[in-house]
Amino acid sequence: MTETGAHSDLLNGLSASIPYIRFLGLVFERRGDEITAMMPYKPDLIGNPLLPALHGGATGAFLEITAVTQLVSDTALADMAAAGGALPDDYAPVMPRPIDITFDYLRSGKPLDTYARAIVQRRGRRVANVRIEAWQEERVKLIAAAHGNFLLSNAAG
Amino acid sequence: MRDLQDRLTGGVATPDGEGVALAGLPHSAAMGMRLISTENGEAVLMLPYSDRLVGDAATGILSGGAITALLDTCCGTAVFAAKAKILSTATLDLRIDYMRPATPGKNVYAHAECYRVTRSVAFVRAVAWTDARGKPVATASAAFIVDRKPEDAP
Repeated sequence: MTETGAHSDLLNGLSASIPYIRFLGLVFERRGDEITAMMPYKPDLIGNPLLPALHGGATGAFLEITAVTQLVSDTALADMAAAGGALPDDYAPVMPRPIDITFDYLRSGKPLDTYARAIVQRRGRRVANVRIEAWQEERVKLIAAAHGNFLLSNAAG
Repeated sequence: MRDLQDRLTGGVATPDGEGVALAGLPHSAAMGMRLISTENGEAVLMLPYSDRLVGDAATGILSGGAITALLDTCCGTAVFAAKAKILSTATLDLRIDYMRPATPGKNVYAHAECYRVTRSVAFVRAVAWTDARGKPVATASAAFIVDRKPEDAP
């Protein structure tokens, strides 16, 4: 299996590890080490049927999972490099756990597909600080942004 | 608060189980959230445990995102419960502190308190728990923009 193949399998396999990814219908695409997450529109993502607008909770969950996915991907790429280019068949990534996240809702989410990317601002041994941005039609017109800390190791409870 | 209940539940009472379904909010309804009570700027919601909302299949712990959605909905509901004449609200910002994992298999409760409403903004804090309220799964602090009915403008 190619290095890229093993990593793509890992990303696809995440939805098996995280059932909530399937519930929201999220899909991921990788360009090098950058993950773009997509939340395809479906009616049950709506929070305000009158506008209509996406539920802030759905958008928030999407941002959070985008951060987790980017962190898992980064870990896998590093583990892959350390292991000489391949991941063991039974490779199970440690799931980063959110410590705190602040969500800013900048525009009403329209009933359209939403995209998000996470930027890891600092990755330490135990904690990673991540900024996440979500948009719909135009990359520069963010509908939401978030920043948060994620616990990377199982050591600290 | 009859109006509010109708708005959130689509006017459909679903007495099966605890509380009523939030049929008026499609995403909350899809997650299975139930409205337990609202009064004087406070709201109590419940998210039944579901395998679909798990964030780590190895442990069965609910996704942080599901807790986020519950707390956001609960905070918004408390804003509506604060003033009868609020037309609509939208979340401006929401900060969540994740204190401990939700106990697998247990329903998650959330209580939100809207403690200040100005002409355009409402301030809310909330807590979510599974086993005991004194052992929170997460706490939230949020600001909402509010639109009031014209006759209610100060």
